[in-house]
Amino acid sequence: MDTTLKVEDLHKRFGAVEVLKGVSLEARTGDVIAMIGSSGSGKSTLLRCINLLEIPNSGRVTVNGELIRMKPLPDGTAKPEDMKQVERIRSKLAMVFQSFNLWSHRTILENVIEAPIHVLGVPRKEAIERAEALLAKVGIAEKRNFYPNHLSGGQQQRAAIARALAMEPSVLLFDEPTSALDPELVGEVLQVMRKLAEEGRTMLVVTHEMGFARDVASEIVFLHKGQIEEKGAPREVLSAPKSERLKQFLSSTRH
Amino acid sequence: MDQASLFSLLSFGPDGWGMRFVEGLVVTVEVSVSAYAVSLILGLIGASAKLSSSKIARGIADVYTTLVRALPELLLLLLIYFSGADAIKFVLSLISEDFEDFEVDPFAAAVAALGFIGGAYMTEVMRGAILSIPNGQIEAAKASGMSRFLTLRRVILPQMLRYALPGMGNLWLSATKDSSLISVLGNTQDLLFMGYRASAVTKHYGFFYSVAAILFLAITVISMIVIRLLEARLNRGYK
Repeated sequence: MDTTLKVEDLHKRFGAVEVLKGVSLEARTGDVIAMIGSSGSGKSTLLRCINLLEIPNSGRVTVNGELIRMKPLPDGTAKPEDMKQVERIRSKLAMVFQSFNLWSHRTILENVIEAPIHVLGVPRKEAIERAEALLAKVGIAEKRNFYPNHLSGGQQQRAAIARALAMEPSVLLFDEPTSALDPELVGEVLQVMRKLAEEGRTMLVVTHEMGFARDVASEIVFLHKGQIEEKGAPREVLSAPKSERLKQFLSSTRH
Repeated sequence: MDQASLFSLLSFGPDGWGMRFVEGLVVTVEVSVSAYAVSLILGLIGASAKLSSSKIARGIADVYTTLVRALPELLLLLLIYFSGADAIKFVLSLISEDFEDFEVDPFAAAVAALGFIGGAYMTEVMRGAILSIPNGQIEAAKASGMSRFLTLRRVILPQMLRYALPGMGNLWLSATKDSSLISVLGNTQDLLFMGYRASAVTKHYGFFYSVAAILFLAITVISMIVIRLLEARLNRGYK
């Protein structure tokens, strides 16, 4: 199958701290990669470097065969050579945030049609039809004229997923999508994500939900101190971890 | 003089001051609205400059807000009004001799001066408002592939407005009152100028200054109603 997303030797430093120390990753179409690791392992930073919310110091990111062109700067950082290219690629990499980040001045429906209309140039009528179908799919069609603050966390996150899907992205990036939710609301969001995985969507999911990782992911990547310590099929990685760190991590998450 | 004849001085006929006060009211509103519009533009530019990564832009904006906020408004108004007009005349005379008789329109000069002053305060209001926008709102825009300009137009400006509205409302009320400063320039017949003229001619100081005061109060009350409606609208998604 085709490689949708390729990350090669990604390095990211925040001041003196090196958060990513050469991470490589590949997602083929339909892969669901779960990234696990303790806090500070660099898993969220990795995700944010892929769509350039953080600018990596070095390394290569290729989406649908297109390399994001970067220009190294004398101080050891780098910057994108062409912001237009970055914007185009970002529109193919939809992100779902831990704290939802729905635009609070727009209704749920307006949130979902915003980028399709203004970034992709989809006609308004068509965008609304698609948005309504997506909101029905994530189970909040009746909330479309509500403002985000009037919804529960679980509903907001499902709306954010609908907003991401509206871009018809090549890859969905999930940054700890259930970490900000009350425990009883986690299930409804995971259920939607499960459905997306079954549809064959390419997903990169930073998560603490081991059950979800085990059942849904096609591959698990364990990050430790900015490096990939272990990766593989969920059953192998979770039931027979090779690295000592991963064993420790798993025993600390399974109480 | 009894009350009835006092009020007859306010009639709209040829002997009354009524029409002149209406004219003054119109001038005051015109000057306020125009100066406020200028200050909105300068405020947006100033706030962008203060938040930009360019040291030069930040420096210029800092000098602007510091100077304007340090000096009395009346002094600034006189400075800008008189030296600004001279400066423009000088520059024009360099370009061509045709401009020798050029006179700066007093209304435009007053508006420019008041707008310049208001812009410094607006810069701070808008800067604070932009900083109040949660970063996640802007990240969501970036992650959707929005350009910087689109993010500004679709996310930052509308959200900034909500945070800025109380401060902007205050500045509007100030602008209506600051507009009366132009009465000292002698060329623009605003509400306060009319109050002064009517008092001086009729010697009914208390009465005519009160008329001016009531009209200023009316502007403020109407403004406050509009501001409250705007606030309710901008806060729709937040309560």
